Amino acid sequence: MSAVREQVRRRSEAPARTRTFVITPVLVVYLALAVLLVVGSVLVGVHGGVLLDHGGVLNILTRGTVLGLVAIGQTLVIVTGSLDLSVAYLIGLCSLVAAETMAGSTTLIVPGVLAALAVAAVVGLVNGLVITVLKANAFIATLGVALVLRGYLEHNYTGPAGSVPRAFQHIGYDRIGPVPVAALLMLLLAAAAWWYLRRTRTGYHMYAVGGDVDVARLSGVRTGRTIVTAHVLCAVMAGLAGVFLAGRLGSGAPYVGTDAGYDLESIAAVVLGGTALAGGRGGVAGTIGGVLILSTLDTIFDDLELDSFFKDVVRGVVLIVAVALYARRRTAGRSA
Amino acid sequence: MRARLRLGDGTGPVLVVLLILLVALTFVGPAYVEPAGYLALLKRAAPLVVLAVGQYFVVVSGGFDLSVGSLVTAEVVVAARLVDGDDANTWWVIALLLGCGVLVGLVNGLITTKLLVPSFIVTLGMLLVLDGAVFLWSGGAPRGALSPSFRVLGRGSADVPVIGQVPWSVIVLLVVLVAAVWFMHRGTGRMLLAVGDNDNVVRLAGGRVDRLRLLAFVLSALLASVAAILLAGFAGVSAQVGEGMEFRAITAVVLGGVLLGGGRGSVVAAAAGALSLEALFSLLNLLGVSGALESAVQGVIIIVAVAYAAHGAGLRRMLRRPVPDTA
Repeated sequence: MSAVREQVRRRSEAPARTRTFVITPVLVVYLALAVLLVVGSVLVGVHGGVLLDHGGVLNILTRGTVLGLVAIGQTLVIVTGSLDLSVAYLIGLCSLVAAETMAGSTTLIVPGVLAALAVAAVVGLVNGLVITVLKANAFIATLGVALVLRGYLEHNYTGPAGSVPRAFQHIGYDRIGPVPVAALLMLLLAAAAWWYLRRTRTGYHMYAVGGDVDVARLSGVRTGRTIVTAHVLCAVMAGLAGVFLAGRLGSGAPYVGTDAGYDLESIAAVVLGGTALAGGRGGVAGTIGGVLILSTLDTIFDDLELDSFFKDVVRGVVLIVAVALYARRRTAGRSA
Repeated sequence: MRARLRLGDGTGPVLVVLLILLVALTFVGPAYVEPAGYLALLKRAAPLVVLAVGQYFVVVSGGFDLSVGSLVTAEVVVAARLVDGDDANTWWVIALLLGCGVLVGLVNGLITTKLLVPSFIVTLGMLLVLDGAVFLWSGGAPRGALSPSFRVLGRGSADVPVIGQVPWSVIVLLVVLVAAVWFMHRGTGRMLLAVGDNDNVVRLAGGRVDRLRLLAFVLSALLASVAAILLAGFAGVSAQVGEGMEFRAITAVVLGGVLLGGGRGSVVAAAAGALSLEALFSLLNLLGVSGALESAVQGVIIIVAVAYAAHGAGLRRMLRRPVPDTA
C-alpha cells in the first residue's frame, strides 16, 4: 500500500491539483479488482460453485505468475517510453534453452537457468541497441526482433524439446497452502522492481526518459543507456517466465509464449494497471493489479464454463474502457 | 531527373528496392520473363497492398491500426456463413461486409478521438473483440461456403480490350491506389498528413483534427474489408486467413519509408512497400529458403528499413542524391 502513498505523493506534487483525497490509478485498479472478486464470487455462487476456494486462489495466482513476470518487465520498458513486442517468442526460446541445457540432469539446473537468462539478456540488449543506436522506432525494432526469433524457432523446432529434471519441476508446482511458491517469487520480484523504479537513480531516469526524452537528455540523463537497461531487464523477466514455464511443462516448447499471446497480453496488463503507454507515468503496483484482474477474469470464465472466445471479447472491452477512464481523468486534471 | 517527377517524400528508395527485387525475380524464376508472371505477383499482392494503403492513412495521421488482421478473418468467416454457396447472396453480403468495415472503423476512430485512448490500445481491444466474437458466433470453425460469383473478385479475370486478361483483384488494386493518390493530393489528404506531423498546429489553424483521424480509421477498416473480399476469393475460407496481416501491413508501410508517428511518407511508397514485401517472399520461395525463415528475413528487413529512414538524411547526402522536400 505504500505504493499508493507514493503515487499520491507524486500526484500532489503536480501543480493545479487539489490537495484533497486523490484517487490514483493504482487505487482504482485494486478497487476494480475487489469489485471483480465480489461480482465474480456472486456469479460463480449462483452457478453453484465457489470462486475463492483453495483451487480458485491457486488458479488465479498460477495464471498470474507468468503474466506477472512478463508484465513487470514490460512495465519498466513502457515507463521508459518504449515497448517490447518480442517477449512472446523470447519466452518460448528461453524455455527451450533452459530445458535443452538441463537435459534432465539435476546438476545442470543452474547452468540451464543461467544460459536461458543470458540468451534473454542478449536479446534485450539487441532490442535496446536497435532502438538507441539504429534509432528505430521501438514498435518496429522489437517487432523485427520478434520476427527473427520466430524464424529461428520455426526453422529449428517443430515441437517440445529438451527435458527438465524432476527437482526443477518443483518450482512449477510447489506451494504453501493455496499460494504457489512461484507466485511468491513473482511478487518478490515485483517488489524489487517497484523499489528499483522508485528508489534508484536509474529508476528515476526511466521515468524522466519516458516523460520527455529530449528534456531528459538535456538534463544530463544518459538516455540511451537507460533505454537499453530497461530492455535488458524486460527481456530477463521474460526469460524467467520461460524458465518457469519449462519447469511447469517438464520441457521447452517453442510456442508456449505465443499461444498465450504474452506480448500483447502483457502490454494490456500494464496499461490496465494505469501505466501510460506513452511512458513516464505508472508503475509496478498497478501492473500487478492489472495482471490479477486478467487472471481473475480467466478464472471466473472457467468457473462459469463460458466459451473461451467470450473471454477475448470481454477482455478487449475491459481494456478499452479502463484506458478510456484513465485518459478522461488525465485530461480533466490537465485542463483544470 | 527523378526530382522532376515530384516523387513523394521517401518514395525513391523503396522503388529502387522494388525494381531490384523484380529484376532478381526474372533471373531466378522462369515465370517472370513474361508479363503474366508479374500479373500473378500483383494478383497475389493485391490484398496486402490494399491493406497497406488503408494502414497508411492511419499511420500517417499518427496512429496504429492493429485490428485489420482480425477484421479480415472475421469478414471472411462471416461471408462464408452468410453466402452459404448461393450466388443470390453475393452482392448484399459484399455490401454488408463493407458496411461492417465502416462500422468497425467508426468505433475505432470514435474511441480514439472522443475517449482519448491511444489507437494502439483501441485497435488491440478491437482485435480481441473481433477475434472472440467471430469464433463465438461461428462456434470455433468456419462454416458455409462462398459462392462462385463472390470468388470472382479474388480469382477471376476481366477482359480488357488492349491488354487481354487482367485479374479483377489487380483492377481493384489500381482503382484503390489511384483513388488514394488523388485523395492525398487534395486538401483533406494534406491535412491528414499535417495532423500526423503536428495536430496542435492543425487545430490552431482551424482544422478538424478529430474528424480527420476518424476518417483515417474508417478508410483503413473499409480497405481491410476490400482486402478481405479479395483474400476470400483468392485463398478461400479459413480461420487463419488474416493472421499476422496487421503486422505485415505495418511492415509494408514502414518499408515504404512512412514514418511511424505520422506526418511523413507517401501512399505510393506504402503500396510499393507492400509489393516489395510480396516480391521478396516470392523470391525467397524461388531461392528455396524455407517458409520458416521468411519471418526472420521480414524482421531483419523492417529493422534495416527503419534504421535507414532514421539515418536517411545523412546517407542520402553521402550518396549525393538530393531529394526534393515536398512535405
